[in-house]
Amino acid sequence: MNIYIRSAACIAPTTNIGAADLPPLAKPAGNRLACIEPNYEELIDAKTLRRMSRIIRMGVAAAKSCLVEAGLPMPDAIVTGTGYGCVEDTVVFLRNMITRKEEALQPATFIQSTHNTVGAQIALILQCSGYNNTFVHRGFSFENAVLDAILLLREGEATTVLAGGLDELTDTNYAILSRFGLYRHALAGEGAAFFLFANEPGPGDFAKLEGMTTFYRPETPEDARREMQGFLKDMAVDPGSIDLVIGEEIFPEIPTQPYKTQCGEYPTSTAYALWLASRLIKAGVHRRILVYNDYLGVHHAAFLLAAAS
Amino acid sequence: MRITSATTASLISTPGAAPMPAGRAANAPVAIAGTGVISAIGRNVTECLGSFEKGAAGMDTITYLDTVHRGQLPVAEVKADNETLARWAGVETSVSRTALLSLIAAREALERAAIPHRVRWRTGFISANTVGGMDRTENFYASFLDNPRYGRLRDVVLHECGSVTEWVADRLGITHFHSTISTACSSSANAISFGARMIRNGLLDIVVAGGTDALTRFTLNGFNSLMILDSRFCKPFDNDRLGLNLGEGAGYVVLVSDAVAATLSSPPGCVLSGFANANDAYHQTASSPDGRGSWLAMKGALQRAGLEPADISYINLHGTGTQNNDLAEGTAIRRLFDPVYPAMSSTKSFTGHTLGASGGIEAVFSVLAVLNGLIYPNLRFETPMTELPFTPTTEFLKGQPLRNVLSNSFGFGGNCTSLIFSKQSR
Repeated sequence: MNIYIRSAACIAPTTNIGAADLPPLAKPAGNRLACIEPNYEELIDAKTLRRMSRIIRMGVAAAKSCLVEAGLPMPDAIVTGTGYGCVEDTVVFLRNMITRKEEALQPATFIQSTHNTVGAQIALILQCSGYNNTFVHRGFSFENAVLDAILLLREGEATTVLAGGLDELTDTNYAILSRFGLYRHALAGEGAAFFLFANEPGPGDFAKLEGMTTFYRPETPEDARREMQGFLKDMAVDPGSIDLVIGEEIFPEIPTQPYKTQCGEYPTSTAYALWLASRLIKAGVHRRILVYNDYLGVHHAAFLLAAAS
Repeated sequence: MRITSATTASLISTPGAAPMPAGRAANAPVAIAGTGVISAIGRNVTECLGSFEKGAAGMDTITYLDTVHRGQLPVAEVKADNETLARWAGVETSVSRTALLSLIAAREALERAAIPHRVRWRTGFISANTVGGMDRTENFYASFLDNPRYGRLRDVVLHECGSVTEWVADRLGITHFHSTISTACSSSANAISFGARMIRNGLLDIVVAGGTDALTRFTLNGFNSLMILDSRFCKPFDNDRLGLNLGEGAGYVVLVSDAVAATLSSPPGCVLSGFANANDAYHQTASSPDGRGSWLAMKGALQRAGLEPADISYINLHGTGTQNNDLAEGTAIRRLFDPVYPAMSSTKSFTGHTLGASGGIEAVFSVLAVLNGLIYPNLRFETPMTELPFTPTTEFLKGQPLRNVLSNSFGFGGNCTSLIFSKQSR
């Protein structure tokens, strides 16, 4: 079975969806990057839009744009990954609960605080009653979502899966994660990227997904490198055939381009990297790209992409 | 630490490697080797079964949660403070209650599974929850509001849903694969079906799957603001039902591949034979009047298990006790099962609604029903719903010839999942 990335769309600190060319570098405010958001009214009905927090807007807009690009009104399944979840709505409800001493609370932000809100809103707007799932496993949230998509296509449960990774940075999680030292050597970031995965080739496919791996807490850089060599060996892929690594350096012999200078650090940043890789392959710049991420030394993940034909 | 990984190399075609054939295992049943549970009606499987037999509900006035609603709203708390839970779990006390509950139940499940030489196998921990370490975050946040430099960081170290799973997995010695699912009240049911699919697709040999949620002020006030909490003990599927009672706990099943099952000292008596996930696509919190999502989930699970509605002997209902859920679920059941109905009950009349944990806890109860021929009573049922032609079972029944048990989990965001547990054919 082959897996095709029929389309990809992204909202990131470097770009907004629909931008034709690769974006200029993001300009951080301090050590913090914020998404360049599109004109949502082109994608989301104004009445619905008013009720949505920023992460919901970003997620729904990226998802819709991805479907428009694919020319597909309705996917068979919707899978999302988010490490932080709907932070803004969670924080507003929490703040009201504390300041109002648990009295006279409105449910709106509570309703939209659950981690499956974005996946559910996409289903609601599309009227998609198919498979719907949300993964919330830190630096593996997006990877788990893609894995679920791969399984669905393989099982014949779906022929098209809309899968995305998204996280929002608010003043609150920025302040708390700063205190944990997360941004001592990294830019704080955020983003939303969606992909349409399909089991058959289509016109205008961005790329083919050749494989994916995740591994947990390697002790040394050598261990991580061995894991990655094993991953390529399992797929019988010669490292020499890889044109570019996007992410952290793992094979010194292959040209490597970091991506977190563009989107910042966040749990689902690999969704941005996968979007970038898909675009470079679609544009014919490269034939085969490896995305490799080391999230906080804990969550290691890799995706191998190649030209669709 | 042993480094392990989950790769898709066996699944996708690459120039040099042919993928494992699909289809063969696509609908194969997955054996259940063990169960573990902690809830308001007991700290393990034995205690919970004892409470069912006695008809002893777990709801009470609020004892452990620090909230202004104490004395006003009943909840179904696990009957132990955090210090006691930490002692049972054998860990430090500063940890989120969500993680403590999870560790206790997941460990019981693994112990009861008694898999010989477990370290030989590729093992995954797939756990669901809805609010992660919110029980401690809400304390942290009160200080943080005064000054963003205030609040002890150790209170938010397990805030993220995934960090709860990871903390527990580390203590269980599971490194190969971790995942956390959060689809509101259907979270755990999705964790269990995802676990089964990881085994069916040959990526894992053993999966501890289910979920956990502790009571928090955040969820209590959230549901209170939605005005769907009953100030009395809840009455699922009763015409005079007024809402749900919140509960807490954790429940896990141990799913194993056929190769692992063959090494067990006694063959597993129960399998997960079917499951399906559908979305109601109607409203962010309310179910559609005809229960479209529920109907699709139940129908899909039957189809994938190769069963007819008449093959189901017992339904463990989602049965929250809200006007909306019970009518939607009941309507979907009527559409699918009419005119012959299996026995049904909502064990939430004992445990309260444990949200992200409910699918796991109720999966455990469903497996125990299959293994021991049990049907649990639906407590406090008095008046049949005018809209429905059936009523739930009100007695604790033993020695029932149960072949297939359907367990429903439906949640906010229209996320609906049904699981079917079946007696292992020998």
